[in-house]
Amino acid sequence: MRISRRILAGLATASLAVTATSCGGGGTSGSFDDTVTVGILHSLSGTMAISESTLVDTEKMAIEEINAAGGVNVGGKSYKIEYIVEDGASDWPTFAEKSKKLIDQDGVPVVFGGWTSASRKAMLPVYESKDAFLYYPIQYEAQECSNNIFYTGATPNQQSEPATDFMYKRSPAAGGDFFLVGSDYVFPRTSNTITKAQVKQLGGKVVGEDYLPLGNTEVAPIISKIKKALPEGGIIINTLNGDQNVAFFKQIQDAGITPSSGYYVMNYSIAEEEISTIGPEFLEGHYGAWNYMMSIDTPASKKFAASFKKRWGADRVVADPQESAYNMVYLWKQAVEDAGTFDDNAVREALVGQKFDAPQGPVEVMPNHHLSQTVRIGEINAEGGFTILEETGVVLPQAWNQKHPSSKGFACDWTDPSKGEKYKL
Amino acid sequence: MELLLDSLFNGVAIGSVLLVAALGLAIVFGLMGVINLAHGELMMLGAYTTYVTQLIFKLPILKPFYNSYIIVSIFLAFIVSGVVGILLEKTIIRKLYGSPLETLLATWGVSLILQQFVRSVPLAYGTGLVISLLIGLFLPTTFPSKIKESINFKYFKFSSWIFAALTGVLTGSLISSSVSKLSRASARNVDVTAPSWMRGQVEIIGTAFPKTRLMIIVITIISVIAITLFLNQSAWGMRIRAVTQNRQMSDCLGISTEKVDIITFGIGSGLAGVAGVAVSLLGSVGPNVGGNYIVGCFMVVVLGGVGNLLGTVLASFGIGIMTDLIGAGRLLSIWPDMPLPLSNTINFFATTSMARVMIFALIVIFLQFKPTGLFPQKGRMVES
Repeated sequence: MRISRRILAGLATASLAVTATSCGGGGTSGSFDDTVTVGILHSLSGTMAISESTLVDTEKMAIEEINAAGGVNVGGKSYKIEYIVEDGASDWPTFAEKSKKLIDQDGVPVVFGGWTSASRKAMLPVYESKDAFLYYPIQYEAQECSNNIFYTGATPNQQSEPATDFMYKRSPAAGGDFFLVGSDYVFPRTSNTITKAQVKQLGGKVVGEDYLPLGNTEVAPIISKIKKALPEGGIIINTLNGDQNVAFFKQIQDAGITPSSGYYVMNYSIAEEEISTIGPEFLEGHYGAWNYMMSIDTPASKKFAASFKKRWGADRVVADPQESAYNMVYLWKQAVEDAGTFDDNAVREALVGQKFDAPQGPVEVMPNHHLSQTVRIGEINAEGGFTILEETGVVLPQAWNQKHPSSKGFACDWTDPSKGEKYKL
Repeated sequence: MELLLDSLFNGVAIGSVLLVAALGLAIVFGLMGVINLAHGELMMLGAYTTYVTQLIFKLPILKPFYNSYIIVSIFLAFIVSGVVGILLEKTIIRKLYGSPLETLLATWGVSLILQQFVRSVPLAYGTGLVISLLIGLFLPTTFPSKIKESINFKYFKFSSWIFAALTGVLTGSLISSSVSKLSRASARNVDVTAPSWMRGQVEIIGTAFPKTRLMIIVITIISVIAITLFLNQSAWGMRIRAVTQNRQMSDCLGISTEKVDIITFGIGSGLAGVAGVAVSLLGSVGPNVGGNYIVGCFMVVVLGGVGNLLGTVLASFGIGIMTDLIGAGRLLSIWPDMPLPLSNTINFFATTSMARVMIFALIVIFLQFKPTGLFPQKGRMVES
């Protein structure tokens, strides 16, 4: 008994030490008048840890950059940014719990966090009831517009709509039939509802759709359906999640569904990070659509990629979600400086209209708390990157999708008290 | 005809993945009655073994034999998972025979430990550890009986463990220095790429079949034949069956039940490793890969009838063919002008997720009528 108690005590000390080191952070020390502590809330353990930890790395880098450049200047005083990193553990209720902790106990003025829509939906009521502010960096299905969340990822009209348009009009499979494949959860289903409406408008045909339960890697029935529905090749829209993509691309290649036989896959969840996991030899010739791609040939983009590699290792890559995470830290800093205070409500007002020269090009915060962004269509190349084929101008975000039957004709505007979350256009 | 062939092939392909995954469990759960929730993680170890073997065969010395790495990895995966299984049996499961609930909890704990192990230990040192275990467990058994019986045997045993640990550390650092991808721990999923001769399609009677699927079917058939021969023809197989039927009586008749347990569990675990090689060809390899299969494995074993290999075989092919029939909406192409309500129903279930729901529902209904599965074990069991 005594031994086990001693072991327990040892474990407790060890875990305390771990928490002590995991909390708190900072960057270079300079002369600052004061400090401000912000919250970072992503999954550092569990299935989402692989993806979300890259966002933590990027956000830390952005904070360090801001600190190195003199910190945040509010009311003539310079503040050094410090951060508290919390682990959402790939478990959605934990995200809500940790949000409460960050807001109530740590009193942070802002939280950067989340990846999956499920985690955002779990956190939303917390931020609304406490009137706090969450910055969310992932491309998502939209159909949501909270006064307490700032969305820096793409909405469907900033990713899937231009991509569908490209596939139907200008890809090698132009005019062909569509087959939709996705993982079985909210993003693929909403995204595909929008795609189906759009394909109908364009005059094309969706000949089949299928959803793979999360975690399932048996693609054989889907392959026979694709072969039956598209015997001569066609367009496949893929919204599969994570490693299900590996199973999908390995098996369709073995089954002869390749670009050389007329099948072209447009992907919404495959960025540079995923290409290197799946292997470019399975993906070459297929397409992706993002706001940011590592191969963008501008000084801002190159600087972003280079400083990330310098900070975290030469073999690391940057991708769209990381760019969004990077932008939101800078946009928060600008809004705070403009507002002259860390107070939530003042910062929220100052945030709308903020412009930032992001790695993808200029972005601007719109009244619906989303960003105006540039959309790029790329072909996956043998080196594991994208060859950029097309670039739209700046596309305004639609929080309520104009092609989805349930939200057609609605919009969101938080600058006008009479309009708010959802008003009829 | 072509449709039938295609459908049959798909069903067999899906079924053979289920079968190879469930085969080890059919032995461990079916014959020994051990609910091993770490079975999926033993598969995962097999999949990681394939990955490590693939990288080692990319080294300049072994490069000429690269194309055969997949064959080598089948044997290595069997050994790796088997050794880990034996260790598991010796340290944990042996103490819990006859208490299924505790076994269930303990093996679930082991599965979490193994998942975290591959996340946080560099694979090179993981390989080193397995090599140490292998030497430590088996070197003492090779000593001549004169030494084994001597009073100082424990010192020999001890020194062989030291030798094992040293060899393990040495190989670990050797691999870590020569293959940089294995020298760092990573929670990232990794990828096994089949050698070029196994990629693409092969044409049989006018229909093209993916080669990896054929390979999995071949692996499955060989495993089933080997295990059937072993259980029915060899002396140890006979002992295993005797212990399964009546443990006390076999013990009285001089069969070392302890040894039988180790061998049975080792073989069951080793087969999980072979299954790991098969699934690594289909998808990516990650810490969670085993968890995706464990429910399917138990389903197959229960449906087939606990303790019956033939039942397991039929159950997995049955489920495979049903998955293809429902999931790909085959009935519609066989009978195109069926009444509208019927075709709408079939269309509704013709997605992968709904097909799964349908199959689970069918199995539940089936088990209502035959609760002991397709082939219930006949005769009087001691436990029942």
